[in-house]
Amino acid sequence: MMASSYNAKDEDGAVTVSLRSKKPENTAFKQQRLPAWQPILTAGTVLPAFFIIGLLFIPIGIGLFVTSNNIKELEIDYTGADVSSPCFNCSQNFSWNSTRPCTCTIPFYLEQPYESNVYVYYGLSNFYQNHRRYVKSRDDSQLNGNMKSLKEPSKECEPYAYHDNKPIAPCGAIANSMFNDTLELFYNDPNGTKIQIPLNTTGIAWWTDKHVKFGNPGVDNPNLTAVFQGTTKPVNWRRPVYELDSDQDNNGFINEDFIVWMRTAALPTFRKLYRIIGKKSGLVPTLPRGNYTLEVVYNYPVRSFEGRKRMILSTVSWMGGKNPFLGIAYVTVGSVCFFLGVVLLVIHHKCGNRNNGGDISN
Amino acid sequence: MLRRRLNRLLGRVENRVESRTIYVGHRSSSTNEAIIPPKFCDNRIVSSKYTVWNFLPKNLFEQFRRIANFYFLIIFLVQVIVDTPTSPVTSGLPLFFVITVTAIKQGYEDWLRHKADNEVNKFPVTVLEEGRRIQKESEKIKVGDVVEVKEDETFPCDLILLQSSRVDETCFVTTASLDGESNHKTHYTVPDTEEDLETLNATIECEQPQPDLYKFVGIMNINRHDQESAARSLGPENLLLKGATLKNTQKICGVAIYTGMETKMALNYQGKSQKRSAVEKSINAFLLVYLCILVSKALVCTTLKYVWQNKPGQDEPWYNEKTQREKDTNLYLKMFTDFLSFMVLFNFIIPVSMYVTVEMQKFLGSFFITWDKDFFDPEIKEGALVNTSDLNEELGQVEYVFTDKTGTLTQNNMEFIECCIDGFQYKYPDASSELDGFCVTDGPVNKVQEKAGREKEELFLRALCLCHTVQVKESTEPGQGQEDGLMDQVDGEVLHPPREQRGFIASSPDEVALVKGAMRFGFTFLGLESKNMKILTRNNDIETYELLHVLNFDPVRRRMSVIVRSNSGDTLLFCKGADSSIFPRVKQEEVERIRMNVERNATEGYRTLCVACKYLSAEDYAQADAGLREARLALQDREAKLMAVYNQVETGMSLIGATAVEDRLQEEAAETMEALQGAGIKVWVLTGDKMETAKSTCYACRLFQRSTELLELTVRTLEDGGRKREERLHELLLEYHRKAVQDAPSIKAGVTRTWSSANQDYGFIIDGATLSMVLNASSESNSSSYKNLFLQICQNCTSVLCCRMAPLQKAQIVKMVKNSKGSPITLSIGDGANDVSMILEAHVGIGIKGKEGRQAVRNSDYAIPKLKHLKKLLLAHGHLYYVRIAHLVQYFFYKNLCFILPQFLYQFFCGYSQQPLYDAAYLTMYNICFTSMPILAYSLLEQHICIEVLLDNATLYREIAKNGMLQWRPFLYWTLLGVFHGLLFFFGVRYLFSNPALQDNGQVFGNWSYGTIVFTVLVFTVTLKLALDTRHWTWINHFVIWGSLLFYVFFSFFWGGIIWPFLKQQRLYFVFANMLSSVSAWLVIILLILLSLLPEILLVVFRKPRGPHARQKKPVQSNVGGHQSPRSSARPLLMRTFSDESNTVI
Repeated sequence: MMASSYNAKDEDGAVTVSLRSKKPENTAFKQQRLPAWQPILTAGTVLPAFFIIGLLFIPIGIGLFVTSNNIKELEIDYTGADVSSPCFNCSQNFSWNSTRPCTCTIPFYLEQPYESNVYVYYGLSNFYQNHRRYVKSRDDSQLNGNMKSLKEPSKECEPYAYHDNKPIAPCGAIANSMFNDTLELFYNDPNGTKIQIPLNTTGIAWWTDKHVKFGNPGVDNPNLTAVFQGTTKPVNWRRPVYELDSDQDNNGFINEDFIVWMRTAALPTFRKLYRIIGKKSGLVPTLPRGNYTLEVVYNYPVRSFEGRKRMILSTVSWMGGKNPFLGIAYVTVGSVCFFLGVVLLVIHHKCGNRNNGGDISN
Repeated sequence: MLRRRLNRLLGRVENRVESRTIYVGHRSSSTNEAIIPPKFCDNRIVSSKYTVWNFLPKNLFEQFRRIANFYFLIIFLVQVIVDTPTSPVTSGLPLFFVITVTAIKQGYEDWLRHKADNEVNKFPVTVLEEGRRIQKESEKIKVGDVVEVKEDETFPCDLILLQSSRVDETCFVTTASLDGESNHKTHYTVPDTEEDLETLNATIECEQPQPDLYKFVGIMNINRHDQESAARSLGPENLLLKGATLKNTQKICGVAIYTGMETKMALNYQGKSQKRSAVEKSINAFLLVYLCILVSKALVCTTLKYVWQNKPGQDEPWYNEKTQREKDTNLYLKMFTDFLSFMVLFNFIIPVSMYVTVEMQKFLGSFFITWDKDFFDPEIKEGALVNTSDLNEELGQVEYVFTDKTGTLTQNNMEFIECCIDGFQYKYPDASSELDGFCVTDGPVNKVQEKAGREKEELFLRALCLCHTVQVKESTEPGQGQEDGLMDQVDGEVLHPPREQRGFIASSPDEVALVKGAMRFGFTFLGLESKNMKILTRNNDIETYELLHVLNFDPVRRRMSVIVRSNSGDTLLFCKGADSSIFPRVKQEEVERIRMNVERNATEGYRTLCVACKYLSAEDYAQADAGLREARLALQDREAKLMAVYNQVETGMSLIGATAVEDRLQEEAAETMEALQGAGIKVWVLTGDKMETAKSTCYACRLFQRSTELLELTVRTLEDGGRKREERLHELLLEYHRKAVQDAPSIKAGVTRTWSSANQDYGFIIDGATLSMVLNASSESNSSSYKNLFLQICQNCTSVLCCRMAPLQKAQIVKMVKNSKGSPITLSIGDGANDVSMILEAHVGIGIKGKEGRQAVRNSDYAIPKLKHLKKLLLAHGHLYYVRIAHLVQYFFYKNLCFILPQFLYQFFCGYSQQPLYDAAYLTMYNICFTSMPILAYSLLEQHICIEVLLDNATLYREIAKNGMLQWRPFLYWTLLGVFHGLLFFFGVRYLFSNPALQDNGQVFGNWSYGTIVFTVLVFTVTLKLALDTRHWTWINHFVIWGSLLFYVFFSFFWGGIIWPFLKQQRLYFVFANMLSSVSAWLVIILLILLSLLPEILLVVFRKPRGPHARQKKPVQSNVGGHQSPRSSARPLLMRTFSDESNTVI
């Protein structure tokens, strides 16, 4: 800062002499006398805070805990790792080129009726969707509907950018490995009939993702097949992207299953929203207590990397899915605060009389 | 000083040719000899570093030589070359920003330098060539040109004065821009050159350029057609330096001898050595720790990555195949690039922004010193000056203060108090009635005791009138541009005798005081005209003396003499000087009578000078004259030769009297010293003055208390007992060591010492001669042990007084203490040129804008108008700056640790794939925008204890002593805090994400939501942590803290609210908004912030009892101070009744 030359310095000096001869301004800022609030944290001021935190957090925590406990959740592992598992065969005989889908059926029993909306999740374990190579292997511009990116996928998609010299749409490892098991639920009526439970395929992805971030190329062209002409489907897919759904608003890049999959999970064990079972009108529970059957079209191999697959049925509350962590954490922190408050109070009263006087005088 | 000497030595080695020959006006000495024009450099001054062409490469090179910049460059390059998790932009952008800003700043400074250079180089000058005056640009001046300079112009190069428009062949010059001395200096033309310059045929032989402004030797050979060539000696008095300004003289002509970069001014320009503060060293140590953390993190991750990948199916599962290039890469190369990638991922732990923030804090913070109106001195109309902003915090760490006495502790405002003529004391009755003047008609001087002979009186007074280098200010001459300049002369002393406006100008205030003193007794010095000194005697006669020689004052001889010839033809030598340098040179029988007076005066704190005179017989004078002339002509070792002649001449004198001049204490000197001692700072007084004078000043400043036991190690104590000095020294050192060090272990604790402490305080006195014995003891083994003993004694004494010090010895002492065990922080404060060496040597150099010129101020790091300002500078500003920057540094490391730790932990959950937890924008902006402003505001405005309390309660200074806030313990605390917060953030959110369905519509969150939640908690926690630490909330703090949190929220909305066309991935699209729509995310954010801050709050509460305790004590302590302070105004020294004198042997 000060390494100016003597010449410059002399000049400065000449200038500053005239400036310096002025008395420094007597402003609060320059004299470091700005009015200031000087908080002093004393036991006296902190004690109530502890009690308030304690009194606030414990009820919240209990509320959270109860809410979480009231959420009903059922998890069914259908990986087929054990011989006893119904999906064992499917998992054993898996091959990418098999034309005949392998189906397995898993019966389960709901002990409690599920009210309100019931959410069907699929869960994967030991699946590193957050691997760096994986996370970046996508082309958001392509997914947004950019025609140029459709024909020339980003380099990030390598090695899933081109197949047979045709651009892959959608490109990249994430899209390529899209979860493609089909899960179907049947209610086994006590009278023996098997009623398929209707599953909503929409409302599972973020609204902004579906409507802004993802978009099909050629918005004005309703014929997706023509739009995707000249591209090829991802290597592991059985159908091209424009055949994901018959509904035009849920097809192509804006297919919600696809969008959900494209939001990479944070941890190697994750769940993703698969379907929503809409609540029925009236007092009838969405899923009454009873026997159910899960029918899985087993397409997705996880045994090679020792992964697991789960189907999760869950209701949600205002806090989301079932997670006792928050409730426990709040109760713990609240009680610790309360306890500390008590301890401080004792200390404060026992030997703090002198201090107390000091605080007040301050 | 040392460096200069070294440079000179090196310079000598380089320039084998020891002198240069210059042909005045390029006329060769003899016609038959062809001129071989010697090559000298041109007169262009180049102070600029860059040109347009080399600016970019050179500037970049210099910037990347800084280790930090280089590190970031490497990181950036790694990011560019290797496939790394974060884009090069994240680290490139901040680096680019820093580099650009610095480059612009340096470019601007260089542009200013170019401008200044051009102004100097293109300045029109008049050169006499072939009898014509030619206008030239200054840069075209060649060595040998005869240059004409008019009044108030600066000299374009170093000139030898040939001709002056003044009748007495002198010219006046100020060197304010060279050494800061603003008094007029007289320079003389070379004798015999005043004839027509066009016909002058002369050569000059002079030494090669060297940087010492006050040294110059040369010979001028004047060839005349009709005569033998005459040789004239050239000295500094003939040399006009580039940069000096011509004053009071209409015009001069001179021949250029040194030009351009060889001028003394250019040679003197060298950047002051960069002083680095202890805080900076701590930063570097911490950086090293963090670098180790960084490397070990990267190593751990790399290792684990390969261990993990060894498990089947993990390295390349079917869903995540590698590209062909990745498959082809060599395994070891891959490991290496992985390692680099991890380094890049975690490199934010050492942020570029910290350097920027620290620099900004220092730069902006230093303004508060300049702005402080308490430092404003109405007398000189100036405030404090900050020459370097790098050492602000060092002001809070000072352990030793080395202070000069004259002008620093005392005012250097000399007043003639009394004199002693031939053993009789003469005292002016009442100093305050000065305005009445001592009228000549009042008759003889007032005598206190008996009267000495009238003749002796008059001889003494004549001596006072003649033996000096004072100039009379000619205020009667109008239009000389001096009215404004001279009236406020820093050096000058303006006096108003009854009859005539008359002022005296001298380089030392003592001389003025003496001349004024003589005037009071009736002898007025009227001035020097063409080597004739005129004095007005008591009887209103004007006597004229021809000034034959001035034997200049120098600090080694400690005396000066003049040789004058009176009207009657007598040649007289008058000499005045310190008693120690006069007494051995006069007849011994005269000494005793005077010595008593001198010592009494010295004890009273007056500065004493002895005056001696000698009649020179014609032969004596001839001999002396010849010797002096010869020595002055010598090209080599002129100094030494002159010294020898001086010593020879100044012998056998008779002592005629002594003078006592009072040097009043600076305002609040005692309070300041007391406060410094209260702050645990050891004060050493280093002075060139006599021991008695210095000691009394120390008592007056309360550096020595009545109860202080003085340990004296001076020539006098050494000569006690009549044994060999070395033996005695050894004995005394051991004895003092036993006393001060071994018997008083409790003193060592230092902190426990208080005013009323029962411990014996020790004061140590040493003089220059003894010091050099200690430092340069005869045998090697002794020397180190003496030095150690000496140091240990000194360290256990409350104050140390070193008297009779040469300037270099002062620096030596500072250096010795500086390098002693524990390397304490030293501060030197002084006002004169003789303090420059110690100011440069100490960690912090402080200059006082006093009367002895501006050299100290120029070389200092901080300059203050008065000593009393030191108290606020150290106790308030220093303390606050230290606390601020220490907190800034610790906070920066902390906030980056808890920033990066979650990212590190995330590697364990993402297959060690270097997946960043946060979005690139967050990674980049965290240090630049989200968390930088609050800490900057804190580090500029924080006052954890308000300034008044700091000033009242000096002991608070001790709490931060020894770099207390940047030791390993607090560092460990902050690091652990960072680790705790990092763990909490990561795992808190980790457990939340065990079920990623966090919205009430069952939708799930992905990895970017995870990172955003962690980041939000992080930003809020570190900002609120700072808020908790802030004890001084001004509106700026409020604005910046809440503002940056708000900015974070708005930025996140904005960043996630738009599909950015230039981004490859829209990772954060609506992530933040979705996060806020989740109640669970809110709850976890609040919980984690609270939980992180809980220990902090607890700690504050538990630590509290100490706080109010200290606060409560304050009024009591300041009362204690108050009891003492009324006595301690800047009264003249009250040392008449020294009961403490009995403590020591005099």
